Amino acid sequence: MDINDLRSIVTVVSLLTFLGIVWWAYGMKANRKRFDEAANLPFADEEADRQETGRSGKAKGNAS
Amino acid sequence: MSETQSTYNYKVVRQFAVMTVIWGIVGMLVGVIIAAQLVWPELNVAPYLSYGRLRPLHTNAVIFAFGGCALFATSYYVVQRTCHARLFSDGLAAFTFWGWQLVIVLAAITLPLGITSGKEYAELEWPIDILITLVWVSYAIVFFGTIAKRTVSHIYVANWFYGGFILAVALLHLVNSAAIPVSLTKSYSAYAGVQDAMIQWWYGHNAVGFFLTAGFLGMMYYFVPKQAGRPVYSYRLSVVHFWALIFTYMWAGPHHLHYTALPDWTQSVGMIFSLILLAPSWGGMINGIMTLSGAWHKLRDDPILKFLITSLSFYGMSTFEGPMMSIKTVNALSHYTDWTVGHVHSGALGWVAMVSIGSIYYLLPRLFGKAEMYSVRLMTVHFWVATIGVVLYIASMWIAGVMQGLMWRAVNADGTLTYSFVEAVKGSYPFWAIRFLGGVLFLSGMFIMAYNMFKTIAGGRTEDAPVLAPAGHHA
Repeated sequence: MDINDLRSIVTVVSLLTFLGIVWWAYGMKANRKRFDEAANLPFADEEADRQETGRSGKAKGNAS
Repeated sequence: MSETQSTYNYKVVRQFAVMTVIWGIVGMLVGVIIAAQLVWPELNVAPYLSYGRLRPLHTNAVIFAFGGCALFATSYYVVQRTCHARLFSDGLAAFTFWGWQLVIVLAAITLPLGITSGKEYAELEWPIDILITLVWVSYAIVFFGTIAKRTVSHIYVANWFYGGFILAVALLHLVNSAAIPVSLTKSYSAYAGVQDAMIQWWYGHNAVGFFLTAGFLGMMYYFVPKQAGRPVYSYRLSVVHFWALIFTYMWAGPHHLHYTALPDWTQSVGMIFSLILLAPSWGGMINGIMTLSGAWHKLRDDPILKFLITSLSFYGMSTFEGPMMSIKTVNALSHYTDWTVGHVHSGALGWVAMVSIGSIYYLLPRLFGKAEMYSVRLMTVHFWVATIGVVLYIASMWIAGVMQGLMWRAVNADGTLTYSFVEAVKGSYPFWAIRFLGGVLFLSGMFIMAYNMFKTIAGGRTEDAPVLAPAGHHA
């Protein structure tokens, strides 16, 4: 087997892997919940947001 | 589980965020200077201030100093907040900050002195390359170490993009910078001939794909949902978006070498993969923009969202233009003209800089304990000044580029060239002047940002927010 066979195999395996990922993302119903959880991760720490922006109280913005 | 009231490491985020603005001004100022040198060649006053030496200083400063600091700042913030964990190592994180600043300073000294390895976007000589490697390995340890100690089960998609960017840049840097040193300040590439060219543009295009795209998409996937107040439009699309980019970007590099000594089939492979890239690029852009659906009214008075969403529009434009320009027959017209320069800046100013500016505006008040930036009005002014600057820049370069391409290829009936090269140069002057004006506007926007930043920092507090257990995760 020369190196070009290996190159072809890698290309085909890569394509199949990618199609597998598409199927995993779109085809599997069971993933819906985990994706929803993951999508909401940026909003799981609103207490920290409040601490960051809230404590100084009244907004000092709007160029005065 | 209230035993650890630890805090997030915001110190390093603060440092990188402030330096993003500072290096943005420096890098864009050098850009404006070299734009002026094209209009007024008398400005090439000394060898170390000549166009040929300042141009790599400009590209290194805006990509690695401005863009790099923005990536460090946002990735360190996002990875901590979405993993609910403090950075893996404060010491290593501090080393990445000071090490990276040292790299930038060394670049600013060596490039004007003419010390260069001559590889585009990788001009720095081997001792600096080794320092970059040390900083980058530390960055990877800090980033992936933080992911490893996360207290939530999922790894948020923004971290996938940041992680992909860190790994890919490590690989690119190591392979392309391989060189044989002959002295402290001079080395020669480990590769020869067309292989060297191919490795250079494998690196060069993936610097665009991973340094200037994947990392900034990480910003998009965190800051757009946060600022819009709603989760990303489609999480599963973001998964496919990520892997599609990873699988295709690596092969697009040959389009930088159309009609060269590179084998013809390699050029065609590069062109085809570049065309395929349109799909994931637009999938990602649509995912970002559609996150705002149902909340479009927020665009009206939120300058941060204006920056973020406009950046995505420019991302869409330049990732449409790129595949078109990779088509060999189009490239026959566009290559070596200012069209390429316009394309790069539509991506660099419109996408990379705008998404960074929006994200840094989001971060600054939070890092210094303020509810919002000192002046929201000035942010809006910045947005419009910057947008007009980009539009002037890319429109003038399109016109100049197509004109140059047409003039260079025009032939008379007897086969002689219709125009001498200098005639195309003469025809380009007005457009180079407009480009200079566009650059000045964009740079002015950065000065407005710096003023706003220092006013916001003044009197701010620099306590770090506590690491809290994720909501709905009672322990």
